[in-house]
Amino acid sequence: MSSKNINITVKVWRQQDAKSKGIFESYPLSNISTDSSFLEMMDVLNEKLVTENQEPIAFDHDCREGICGMCSLFINGHAHGPDSLVTTCQLHMRKFNDGQTITIEPWRSGGFPVIKDLMVDRSAFDKIMQAGGFVSVNTGGVPDANAIPIAQADAEEAMDAAACIGCGACVATCKNSSAMLFVSAKVSQLALLPQGKIEAARRAKNMVAKMDELGFGNCSNTGACEVECPKGISLAHIARLNREFLCAKVKE
Amino acid sequence: MTKLNSKIPEGQIHEKWANYKAHQNLVNPSNKRKIDIIIVGTGLAGASAAASLAEMGFKVKNFCYQDSPRRAHSIAAQGGINAAKNYQNDGDSIYRLFYDTIKGGDYRAREANVYRLAEVSNDIIDQSVAQGVPFAREYGGLLDNRSFGGAQVSRTFYARGQTGQQLLLGAYSALSRQIGLGNIEMYPRVEMMDVVVVDGRARGIVTRNLVTGKIESHFAHAVVLATGGYVNVYYLSTNAMGSNSSAAWKAHKKGAYFANPAYVQIHPTAIPVHGEFQSKLTLMSESLRNDGRIWVPKKKEDAEAIRQGTKKPNDIPDEDRDFYLERRYPAFGNLVPRDVASRAAKERTDHGFGIENNPTKEGVYLDFKYAIDRLGKGVIEARYGNLFQMYEKIVDQDPYQTPMKIFPALHYAMGGLWVDYELQSTIPGLFVAGEANFSDHGANRLGASALMQGLADGYFVLPYTIQNYLADQIGVARMKPSERPEFKEAEEAVKAHINKLMSVKGTESVDSIHRRLGLVMWNKVGMGRTEAGLKEAITEIKALRKEFWANVRIPGSADAMNVELEKANRLADFLELGELMAIDALHRNESCGGHLREEYQTPEGEALRDDNNFMYVGAWEYKGENTQPDLHKEELKYEAIEVKSRNYKTA
Ligand code: SF4
Ligand code: FES
Repeated sequence: MSSKNINITVKVWRQQDAKSKGIFESYPLSNISTDSSFLEMMDVLNEKLVTENQEPIAFDHDCREGICGMCSLFINGHAHGPDSLVTTCQLHMRKFNDGQTITIEPWRSGGFPVIKDLMVDRSAFDKIMQAGGFVSVNTGGVPDANAIPIAQADAEEAMDAAACIGCGACVATCKNSSAMLFVSAKVSQLALLPQGKIEAARRAKNMVAKMDELGFGNCSNTGACEVECPKGISLAHIARLNREFLCAKVKE
Repeated sequence: MTKLNSKIPEGQIHEKWANYKAHQNLVNPSNKRKIDIIIVGTGLAGASAAASLAEMGFKVKNFCYQDSPRRAHSIAAQGGINAAKNYQNDGDSIYRLFYDTIKGGDYRAREANVYRLAEVSNDIIDQSVAQGVPFAREYGGLLDNRSFGGAQVSRTFYARGQTGQQLLLGAYSALSRQIGLGNIEMYPRVEMMDVVVVDGRARGIVTRNLVTGKIESHFAHAVVLATGGYVNVYYLSTNAMGSNSSAAWKAHKKGAYFANPAYVQIHPTAIPVHGEFQSKLTLMSESLRNDGRIWVPKKKEDAEAIRQGTKKPNDIPDEDRDFYLERRYPAFGNLVPRDVASRAAKERTDHGFGIENNPTKEGVYLDFKYAIDRLGKGVIEARYGNLFQMYEKIVDQDPYQTPMKIFPALHYAMGGLWVDYELQSTIPGLFVAGEANFSDHGANRLGASALMQGLADGYFVLPYTIQNYLADQIGVARMKPSERPEFKEAEEAVKAHINKLMSVKGTESVDSIHRRLGLVMWNKVGMGRTEAGLKEAITEIKALRKEFWANVRIPGSADAMNVELEKANRLADFLELGELMAIDALHRNESCGGHLREEYQTPEGEALRDDNNFMYVGAWEYKGENTQPDLHKEELKYEAIEVKSRNYKTA
């Protein structure tokens, strides 16, 4: 680890609550270790604000290890910042230079209204899941786990899709605010497994209908979502979703 | 003068759970609709309980402080989940899983609970597969297993290094389905502030809406806390930033006993501390110990050279490497239980062999060179690719080329609210599940057992035991909190508490005080504890608590989103819980599992238990602020297992 300290300026979106208008505020910060994480840099800034008796910047975060999907942030024009395949909480200050200005905005999408500062409301994702992101089984009375063999390749591909953390970077990045990558990851995971295959078409139809209802846009295949997704969820899952969706339409 | 009744059912160990289920009381379907159950927390235990109870027909209200139930920290568990399937035909059985768990817990867990855990472990795997959890599979299409610390069989099921995530998303999908069907009301970004007790029974909770600051009450016939563990009392831990002890602590102050608070687990393989702004520690899964070899240099001058940067780990030839776990524990080697591995690392760094250039020189190597030579890079990449990637992002070094640097970190709380066999606390109607209770792991938890316990409690235990409690509650009509003095009083108390916090208007940030609490806890209530150190810790925590209430600064208002206020409310509780942990550690004049008292060890530095005097669960009763709590003892009886001293040297 070759650690050094850098001086930066952070330009942050501040917004009191959902109804208020927001503005950018700039804060100079000195002596930030390049070994610290991006959110540790935010902690330092907040600590400074508290000392100056100002309100700290609100942002979502929890696990700080790239798995809970709670952190967000649009950093210098990129969802989860300039590094690839990481969440904001895994981003490190070594990706920035001395003297740099770092612009931080919330996810911007009609589907994700701002709550305060950099915090947004992503409950629309939960609603889409409630519409069909499950296998309809109750607790108990299920067959032995090895009763149905599953080809390793299928299990692996399902796992690739299941790695989605529900962060919303795909929506924030998409010019249409489409949630297709998120929805397709769940539809694809479950369609690949025999347990989920049974209701795959119905699931696709219900989840897509909910997504449309909640104001997310259409997918125009620009692929920006795939580039910014911290978990490398592939566009191929959108293709599978489209197949399941067509299946559902044909059955109707 | 104990008031503890663990309600262990009659019969031989393997008949107890069957007997219980055969004779318990049930609630008939039409009455279930009239019964409300509150569940706080949406991790493995909370989400699985909420989904299962709602499927059965109860009306469930589920709360979490995160923006979505899918964020709960169970999601971060990497390695795997144990079950006694014996798919590998390597001699596993329910009894062996039970035995390993009791032994791993250093004979400080309740036999009957642990046996039940092992019994239902297989059902969890079946359930998860049915939900579409993509566990790792063999080429033939059947489920794959790996081995884990503290076991000599391969019984751990896994989904890459994201097993917790996949199991949680499975439970979350079941929860989502029930929310969609209208059987569960979900309250995200809502934090529990207190339990409401009416006529001696838990009847609801008071909450704060984290977005609006609104204080509200909710009624239920029974309340379940599935709120996780409390190791964020150490400030730096592998827990999520928001993980906290407040729900459990508030319940404790309302009459729920707190059991074995001193038992916390230090995980051997986290990334070492890098600097003073460090906000959390990142775990590298324990499964890495299957293929990585742990070492430090044999010569102090080599360790010094590495810290100074004049030598690289790969410059040290094999004969100058001390594979200290393999040296000390030939039978288990790098797979000894977590507490043993953690202490052994500290033993080396305390003697000057640490390899990390941080203030405490704390760090050891976990080396994959040998496994890569033996199996090829491809195999290692398939097993641990995502973990290696995560490591590289954080440390900026490539673990395929140079050994990983690791060091123990606070990870899990074995202690928690005391519960009986039914998972009911000492407040009737208040149930506690998952890491929040104390029941299954004794003084040390084995790897891949937390996921098992969370889901066992939620899917397969609570749905039965809570019915037994509710069977005679069907006549209790739903209460309107606005019409009940108990709810109003509780609400007023919560508001007064918040006002008190807001009106301190001091100069110190919440985090700065929390960091200092963390240092006291790590240095004096951490891996090696002494009578003198614990006494100092108690004095220092009291002083810090005073300072907090005199000088904490919370900007903003209480009637809107206020993250500093949320943190302050949690820290106020940690500042009380920390003291209880020290009191418990001080009273336990023995070493067991994660609790090592330096006065009680063998000449070789192994933990020395005192079964004659301490083979009990220590459950503490709250007696008011600045008053010594009362200790109640639940004696532990081992009928199905012979108590031995733990030995990982020879099998
Ligand atoms: S698909 Fe990727 S970007 Fe979208 S929510 Fe999932 S993990 Fe985040
Ligand atoms: S905080 Fe959990 S993914 Fe970033």
